Amino acid sequence: MASLKQQLWDPIAGFGVTFRTMFRKPVTVQYPFEKRPTAPRFHGRHQLNRHPDGLEKCIGCELCAWACPADAIYVEGADNTEDERFSPGERYGRVYQINYLRCIFCGLCIEACPTRALTMTNEYELADDDRAKLIYEKKDLLAPLLPGMEEPPHDMRLGDSERDYYLGAGLPGWSESGAAVPAKEDVESEAAHS
Amino acid sequence: MGIEEKLPAGVLLTTVEGVVGYFRKASVWPATFGLACCAIEMMTTGGPVYDTGRFGMEVFRASPRQADLMIVAGRVSQKMAPVLRQIYDQMPEPKWVLSMGVCASSGGMFNNYAIVQGVDHVVPVDIYLPGCPPRPEMLLDAILKLHHKIQTSKLGVHKEQELEEQELTALESASTSEMKGLLR
Repeated sequence: MASLKQQLWDPIAGFGVTFRTMFRKPVTVQYPFEKRPTAPRFHGRHQLNRHPDGLEKCIGCELCAWACPADAIYVEGADNTEDERFSPGERYGRVYQINYLRCIFCGLCIEACPTRALTMTNEYELADDDRAKLIYEKKDLLAPLLPGMEEPPHDMRLGDSERDYYLGAGLPGWSESGAAVPAKEDVESEAAHS
Repeated sequence: MGIEEKLPAGVLLTTVEGVVGYFRKASVWPATFGLACCAIEMMTTGGPVYDTGRFGMEVFRASPRQADLMIVAGRVSQKMAPVLRQIYDQMPEPKWVLSMGVCASSGGMFNNYAIVQGVDHVVPVDIYLPGCPPRPEMLLDAILKLHHKIQTSKLGVHKEQELEEQELTALESASTSEMKGLLR
């Protein structure tokens, strides 16, 4: 037999919680209308980066494909020629495919990439109704062209020698004495992303 | 043009397909079918923070006979495949399948003999959702894309025509062994 306290007070205490909650702000994220930003280093869709003149950073070394635990990446390299230059070095990635139905977003490919050609964005809305559409090709993954960039193939625009190119001789702020010294905050943000 | 001009102001006309799609998408009840870690994210999506109740799908039905949508959340082992098929068969029409996570969609990193390499070997899938596991926003995004698909789906004679066209294109398209693409 329930005591008098259990019979009278407990329902009031119980509904008290319900009543108090009516005055609290709802915790619901109104997702499609208001998107909560992801963590800065969120593992989202990949991106193939470019050099400041628009040439691709990918050299087709396949290290990302070898690092991938799910075998989601397929790379096929090819040689750059003087007429058709896609990346500043000797080779470039002719075929680059990531199967997002295999990719587990672990980021091992990003760690393996020697030129930081492959990084991850914060984009995560990838659902689709077709398996074939979820194999992203090079054209889907390449970074958009920023001002000053030009769609490859074209010559190396940032310097005559490879040393000049990688030091950024064609960029504003470059000095003959050493290299283009990046501003301090650039260095810090790069360190935070690597 | 006919009846539209004779109607009083404030009256809208639509097609039966549009109305049925609107009602169907507004209360899609998912079946409880969590298989692995993706199920944890699926439960989070049903919880108060992400709240699928906003889209009329807060009730995860334990019985497939009351469910419209099967969210296959997690890797499907060979032993689970007949169970999955039976649950799908027990669901009443119209029914949809959302393949959540890479394991359900293609086997993911488990490329071995124990795991079905993609749940579409067993049931027809409407929406594939990558991610390992996908965050609740990704699942909500996939659900909204499915809602759009339900809204624009066809009925009756139109549906039959659509299915016939799909079958024709599938018959005419090259088989995988005949494809000569970039992959060797």
